[in-house]
Amino acid sequence: MIVRFWGTRGSIPVALTSDAVKAKLVAALVKAAGRSLDTPQKASAFVDGELDFAVSHTFGGNSSCVEIETGGSDYVLCDLGSGARLFGNRVLAARGPSGNTFHVLMSHVHWDHIMGFPFFMPAYIPGNRVRIYGCHAILEEAFRRQNAAPSFPVDFSRMGADIEFVRLEPGRDYEIGGLAVCAKRQRHGGDSYGYRFTKDGKVVVYSSDSEHKLEDPTETQSFVEFFAGADLVIFDAQYSLADAVSVKEDWGHSSNIVGVELAQRARVKHLCMFHHEPIFDDDKIAAVLRETRRLEEITHADHRVEISAAWDGLEITV
Amino acid sequence: MDLQPRRFADTLILAPVGRIDHANAESLREALAPHMLRCAAAQDQLVLDLSGVDYISSAGLRVLMLARKQAKTQGGTLVVAGLQPVVREIFEISRFTVVFEVFPSVRDALARISPSALAAFDGGAT
Repeated sequence: MIVRFWGTRGSIPVALTSDAVKAKLVAALVKAAGRSLDTPQKASAFVDGELDFAVSHTFGGNSSCVEIETGGSDYVLCDLGSGARLFGNRVLAARGPSGNTFHVLMSHVHWDHIMGFPFFMPAYIPGNRVRIYGCHAILEEAFRRQNAAPSFPVDFSRMGADIEFVRLEPGRDYEIGGLAVCAKRQRHGGDSYGYRFTKDGKVVVYSSDSEHKLEDPTETQSFVEFFAGADLVIFDAQYSLADAVSVKEDWGHSSNIVGVELAQRARVKHLCMFHHEPIFDDDKIAAVLRETRRLEEITHADHRVEISAAWDGLEITV
Repeated sequence: MDLQPRRFADTLILAPVGRIDHANAESLREALAPHMLRCAAAQDQLVLDLSGVDYISSAGLRVLMLARKQAKTQGGTLVVAGLQPVVREIFEISRFTVVFEVFPSVRDALARISPSALAAFDGGAT
């Protein structure tokens, strides 16, 4: 499987400001002082090899959308945040306008997780098939309401693709898009659902928008089992622990600390922090990543967990 | 969990030992509870001496956060002191250093919160 991140930001999309772009340019130029970077090739090698990620890249600003490439012809996605717009355009460019099938597993229907659908061009084109799966009773209504007045000028009924909503039950095993899939209810306003995907012995878990109540050992253990042995866990680490257990308690998100602890207990191979706090700039997310790797380093027992922070455009091969 | 309470004037020093994790965080909460009732304005001030703690998990940190919240509500003072390097790093990464007053040692904490307790501490009185 290849996991490809199209949107990684939590709560609301963000964009780099002019000041932030200028700060990156200034940092890069200072670092390049005295260097002969007089060809695109030399400059590109310098950028790739010598600049910190937060200078040469951005973690990005699109809201949640993750693709799981299975090797089959159908597409599998988690959530339809604003990153779905880019994904849809990429599909049209690569495969043509119609004849494509999309399977979308929805964590929940909060705004930031569905807002990309009105701009998901394949949904407007006859000949495409879109299957939207989720555990919420209100799944279809949420999408139809979004593509309707007064929220949007183009009504859902004008989407030309064959669109179907499929209700799932948590805890049941399904076969979707060439993957074995099982959903788990998570603590979030109105509930959210995580998904455990399995193919050829490899396991990817998508667990966004999930708060973990630390005083409930039974609930904690259920997540250890849900994550158990996963090759990759995509984990909502939006808040610091201090915020998550105080001023932002019951806001429905988790922290890097809890992510590392669960990954260690579940013997996860790779923990990818996701749903980044929208007020964090690239430097801040990079700092959180460094600290989280350090936390894993100073607290691990006999099992090591690789730690990363998702960014729009990141691909992880599992 | 034995917190080995030691009193110096108006200040109580509580000193858990070992790992504080999901397995014993509730035990820490229960041990703290009676002391927290008196952590209020014009009553006891509390110093958590963490010099004997070599690891604290999110569940343990949450117990400390709840205790601090209770102390604040009651007008009391709760500070932490003597963090081992690993615990200090966990406090920093979790941003608990933003919430808690953290002191290098119990004596430093007493110097900040209670002259009478510091005098008793230095004099060996309890």
